Amino acid sequence: MTARMPVKKYITANEAVAQAAKLARVDVVAAYPITPQTSIVEKIAQYIANGEMDADYLKVESEHSALTACMGARMAGVRAFTSTSSQGLEYMHEMLAYVAGGRYPLVLVNVCRSVALPWSIWGDQQDAIQQRDTGWIQIFTETGQEALDMVLQAYRIAEDHRVLLPVMVCLDAFIQSHTEELIEIPDQKTVDSFLPPYDAVVTLDVDNPYSISVGGFGRQYAHWRAEQQEATEKAQQIILEVGDEFARIFGRHYGGLIEQYRCDGAEALLVAMGACTGTARDVVDEMRDEGKVVGLVKVRAYRPFPVASLRKAISLAKAAAVLDRDCSWGYEGALATDLKGALYGLPNPPAVLNFIGGLGGADVPPERIKYMLEKALAAKRGDTPHLEFIDR
Amino acid sequence: MKLKDIDKKEYYQSAYGCAGCASVLAARLTVKALGRNSVYVVPANCISTVSCYYPQAPFFVPFTVMAFAATAAALSGISAGFKRRGREDIHVVGFSGYGGTADIGIQALSGAIDCGTKFIYICYDNEAYMNTGIQRSGLTPYGAATSTTPAPCFENRPKKDMLRIVAAHDIPYAATACTSYPLDYMEKVVKASKVNGPTYIHVLTPCPTGWGFAPDESIEIGRMAVESGVWKLMEFENGQFRTTYTPKRTRPVSEYLAAQTRFRHLSPEQIAAIQKEIDASRG
Repeated sequence: MTARMPVKKYITANEAVAQAAKLARVDVVAAYPITPQTSIVEKIAQYIANGEMDADYLKVESEHSALTACMGARMAGVRAFTSTSSQGLEYMHEMLAYVAGGRYPLVLVNVCRSVALPWSIWGDQQDAIQQRDTGWIQIFTETGQEALDMVLQAYRIAEDHRVLLPVMVCLDAFIQSHTEELIEIPDQKTVDSFLPPYDAVVTLDVDNPYSISVGGFGRQYAHWRAEQQEATEKAQQIILEVGDEFARIFGRHYGGLIEQYRCDGAEALLVAMGACTGTARDVVDEMRDEGKVVGLVKVRAYRPFPVASLRKAISLAKAAAVLDRDCSWGYEGALATDLKGALYGLPNPPAVLNFIGGLGGADVPPERIKYMLEKALAAKRGDTPHLEFIDR
Repeated sequence: MKLKDIDKKEYYQSAYGCAGCASVLAARLTVKALGRNSVYVVPANCISTVSCYYPQAPFFVPFTVMAFAATAAALSGISAGFKRRGREDIHVVGFSGYGGTADIGIQALSGAIDCGTKFIYICYDNEAYMNTGIQRSGLTPYGAATSTTPAPCFENRPKKDMLRIVAAHDIPYAATACTSYPLDYMEKVVKASKVNGPTYIHVLTPCPTGWGFAPDESIEIGRMAVESGVWKLMEFENGQFRTTYTPKRTRPVSEYLAAQTRFRHLSPEQIAAIQKEIDASRG
């Protein structure tokens, strides 16, 4: 009986993610150090060194090679893991698109951090957002527990034969990566029952040789790309299915593509991703106590973008305050743009107010969130778009 | 290795290479030497360009196209994957060009050798970026005109010495070869396949299109390269360099240079300087 009991420990999200990689029985790990990701792969190296984990750790010379080596491991038919941050993710950019287009079901953990210049090792989500169009499924998490649970789910989603796409599990620098919380670490047997061994569709197989990941002209290329789009859209359903199954087995459910917190009858909603949604819950509670009808929509799946869920969640509100810890320079925050797109065609849609904050590790304290929600409460449908850098 | 021992079957055929392409020949010889139990990673280069477009499939063995800078890292990952599956018997082969090796791919190559995984990295060297229209690379020799080093502003730096670069990593096995000496090349490929670690073979593949000679002269040009001393057939093993083939006759470098349009702008003084350097390297 004890063998099937989960344990609870005070650990950081980084350690939780390392535990998840171990529990997922990955065969090959390839990674390169970068703050604040490094302690994930240090932990994994430790597990391998002390015999807790049976995997090959490739000490590569760059993130570009880390992701390529993981793709290579997948080509050979085994499960692989890598993690990175910021400049490292940027350096992977070419291979991110390559892996997604090649339909390799990899899992990557990105500890979201600012990108240079200006130089900063602190958190925001610019790095992950800049990879939006590489074709990866991107899931943003709020806590260490959610990060651990999502890594396990990510392998199921990625490897599902209806999907076959890479998944990036995002967590926030320092707020998650370096903050200890009480985390339940599932036992291996239960994880094994949830996550079976990798069943590769196509590999470099000497007994059944294929030319794989080849080139295509014009319409052939377009056909493959259309299939990729279909699979990415389809992934919405798989994310929901896997989340439900995970909840049945482990008792933790995160809402699927988005999570709605106290949205019933809300006049104004905060729409945000990542760890700051934890603070937002408290602010929503507080404002509700004051009689202000506000709520929170936490976006978990950023790609595929949950258009239908968001339309449903937001259409009845008067206004949505969108917090972006990123910016598409020359326009606005990426989440705000995407949300506006999702609301397209609604008659008299809610106003969308865009707040850019928490850049370069700036805190997103309760009073800032309250400020955004108050502004949204004061807005009305049909208002012109609002863009504001809240930390300036 | 004897000629009669060579596999009669073809595992690489019907590629869209130029007439007289020695790089296509190198690919063909490689797969012949290693047989069915081998997989190929080919980055952006002439060979992928003439081999990778669906539904074409000239490799009769598993093959994948790789990003330009990524060949050696992919070899590491594939090799680790096969090791995990208990299939270390499968030869994991990279078939990369000049630039994919000596320029954009040199970091990944250095990293993969350092990583110590088992693979055979083959650099086929036609001395410029040929499939994009003959631009200079780090392996373009001194004196050559290319589309980015047109005469009189020809390439004014020597070719990078990849054999010494990989040897400096203390690689278990490395060699140079030339398609004009197929048995020497294939023996080296087979030898590399028996090493339990990273290996590197650099094969010179004369290019009629980029070097400016007739398609039926590819073999002869390669011989001239070796006989003039421009290119040497060598091995690096156990920390030692060794010449595997010494030509029976030598010839002046002027003959090699005169046979190709890419060197036709060179003055007698410049040719004499090249000859002097070759003589010095012979010791």
